[in-house]
Amino acid sequence: MLASIGQFLLILSLTTAVALMLLPMIGYYKNNDSLMQTGRPLSYLLFVLLLTTFLLLVSLFVLQDFSVTYVWQHSSLALPLRYRITATWGAHEGSVLMWITVQALWIAAVARYSRSLSLSQISRVLSVLGIIATGFIAFVLFASNPFEITNPAPLDGQDLNPLLQDFGMIIHPPLLYFGYVGMSVAFSLAVAALIGGQIDEKWIRWSRRWTNLAWAFLTIGIILGSWWAYYELGWGGWWFWDPVENASFLPWLAGTALIHVQAVSERKNAFRGWTVLLAIITFSLCVLGTFLVRSGSITSVHSFAADPFRGIFILVLLGIYAGGALTLYALRVNQLKSKDPINLESKETLLLGNSLVFITATFTILLGTLFPMIFEAMGKKISVGSPYFGLMFFLIMIPMAVLLPLGAQMKWHKDKMNTAIKALMPHFFIAALLTLLAYYLFDGLNLRATAGVFGGFWIASTSIMQIIKFPGKPNAGFIGMSVAHLGVAVFLFGMSMTEHKDVEKDILLKPGQTTQVAGYDFTFNGVHQVQIENYQAQQGSILVAKAGKTIVELHPQKRFYPKQQQPMTEADIYPGFTEDIYVSLGEQINDKGDWAVRIYIKPFIRWMWFGGLMMMAGAVIALFSKRSLRLEQQQVDQVMKERLKLS
Amino acid sequence: MTPTRKKRLIMILMVALGVGIAAAIFLTAFKDNMMYFKSPTEVAAKDYPVNRSFRLGGMVKENSMRRIPDSLKVQFEVTDFADSVLVEYEGILPDLFREGQGVVTIGTMQNEGLFVAEEVLAKHDENYMPPEAAAALEAAKPKYNNQQEESE
Repeated sequence: MLASIGQFLLILSLTTAVALMLLPMIGYYKNNDSLMQTGRPLSYLLFVLLLTTFLLLVSLFVLQDFSVTYVWQHSSLALPLRYRITATWGAHEGSVLMWITVQALWIAAVARYSRSLSLSQISRVLSVLGIIATGFIAFVLFASNPFEITNPAPLDGQDLNPLLQDFGMIIHPPLLYFGYVGMSVAFSLAVAALIGGQIDEKWIRWSRRWTNLAWAFLTIGIILGSWWAYYELGWGGWWFWDPVENASFLPWLAGTALIHVQAVSERKNAFRGWTVLLAIITFSLCVLGTFLVRSGSITSVHSFAADPFRGIFILVLLGIYAGGALTLYALRVNQLKSKDPINLESKETLLLGNSLVFITATFTILLGTLFPMIFEAMGKKISVGSPYFGLMFFLIMIPMAVLLPLGAQMKWHKDKMNTAIKALMPHFFIAALLTLLAYYLFDGLNLRATAGVFGGFWIASTSIMQIIKFPGKPNAGFIGMSVAHLGVAVFLFGMSMTEHKDVEKDILLKPGQTTQVAGYDFTFNGVHQVQIENYQAQQGSILVAKAGKTIVELHPQKRFYPKQQQPMTEADIYPGFTEDIYVSLGEQINDKGDWAVRIYIKPFIRWMWFGGLMMMAGAVIALFSKRSLRLEQQQVDQVMKERLKLS
Repeated sequence: MTPTRKKRLIMILMVALGVGIAAAIFLTAFKDNMMYFKSPTEVAAKDYPVNRSFRLGGMVKENSMRRIPDSLKVQFEVTDFADSVLVEYEGILPDLFREGQGVVTIGTMQNEGLFVAEEVLAKHDENYMPPEAAAALEAAKPKYNNQQEESE
């Protein structure tokens, strides 16, 4: 019953999305105000419809309606309520429904907070967003319908994958989707501008804030994914260069290039075409990412059951969106020709350089991710190992780290490169000195770690200097930038340390046995059986001590979910400011109670995620830039004046 | 040559040099880290890279797993039902590693009979089979069927 209502609501949503795609655009071409004015109400309606549909699916999970195939496959009577709710987006159908619900929220937000745009502008933007919504709602309806019915209804469900029965799973996908889908706003602004054949400062300023917000969500989504993989997958890794991880990282890289170029193009008539192209690339990579995750066409630990039809469907959508936008770009780009001259020695040049570095990184990683598919089409099976990505990314990020402080230091419009370099020079030596100190403090570092630590100190030292020396009261834009850049420094330091100074040991332990790892004593006190909620677990007890003083007792678990007949490793972690102690159970080796135990020491791993949080915070702070708020108010006034004149 | 032209020429040369270096690094890194996937049948036919890592996938043969006592060393056979390869691995096996299930291992052939794995990947959930392993089994099917007929 509820499922049929859901089905019906989906069809209504599709109709609404089609109307949103067509009516305002027709209104724009016919210069018909009443048609253009349908854009906003249709956007709100679309959001209400999809939110209701989504909540309906949630309630089907809460009510345990196993006549719905999707609920039956991903829930069970024994599943605790909180995981029944999150199971809604735990698998393919529900997560695509969430995708479009989040998109509808963005569309409604754009409709609501766009007073500074003229009617013809906003109707084009909403219409382009409608095109995207239409494609993905059709995808849900025809290729991944969560409301399909199983007849007769089974008595119990098949349960949720144990890996997904976790807090990280509750928040990681929604936030990542907010970022992914948020980039569709930047995309539709770019396409709408191309349709109109003109682009101005306020247009870019407006789109810049939306891009910042989407980028912030994308950043936190990726960080949460990394954190979740670290503690939940039981391998203690934080990034695997897996195709699905790359799928979220590619739009982040392109988005980083985009927000930096927007800083230039909102100030002067320059790099306009490049801004538009980057917006198109970023969102296309989001759709490509959805394709990679959802088609299962790439070997990945993330790829769940594959369905070729779904893959082809998303590929067609990608072809329409990216192909259409790029064709439009090719036709209209001449009208966006930049008019303001750019001095070679200026902040603008360095920001352009930044975008080139990030786009190079994007395409290097894209190639490594797609090559196995291309080879497969030629009948050869290959994969690209993570050392490729690690090395390439490291090399490409060297110019980024070196030039970042210079870019922040240089003045807009015209500056002397020599003066800027002179101001930064002392910090080069400070960073070198600190790196030397770290080198001895941590008993030597390898080449990459030394470079990374130096990069971190170099960026931190110069950023702090720039904050101190800022003339007058710093604005939100500058604070946001500095916080984000300090985040880069913290991230670089954390990553270098954890990558090169970690200790990993797989070891066989007898009950009562003590082993020493990195100066800590680990005493294994055996394993006993516990029963918790919907699983049984063999819970180990490992006492961690240093120099005879007990630090903590860790309880890693080997869980067993009877419903799915599936074991799962749950690590136990003693988190710390400078290092994590990470312990997980392998398997019982013999009937004497000996276990394989994995012991990791992960120095500064939290710094990495904290650095990421700082980048996100920086992007959010920049939203409150008074400069753009003031200008926006001026625009609103202007639009109001025009309207008064017309009436 | 006018100063502007000279500046442009230098710019173009710099860009060309940069692109060249980048391409060279890219190709080297790519070549070094490209890994082939081989099925047990291909390994049996000696069609595998020598002294280089590759991925070997198939099913873990029933009743083939044994542990070297009091160590983390295990041996098992990976099969596509036509041929099988003996694999040795030291470390903790993934949760979903089981006999009769799909697996992908990464490592090198130590000699003609033994594949030493540095990494063992099993599937992520109950319904999922690593695509490479699935393809290997599919490819070996005709051969496997022939063997069955012969033995009958």
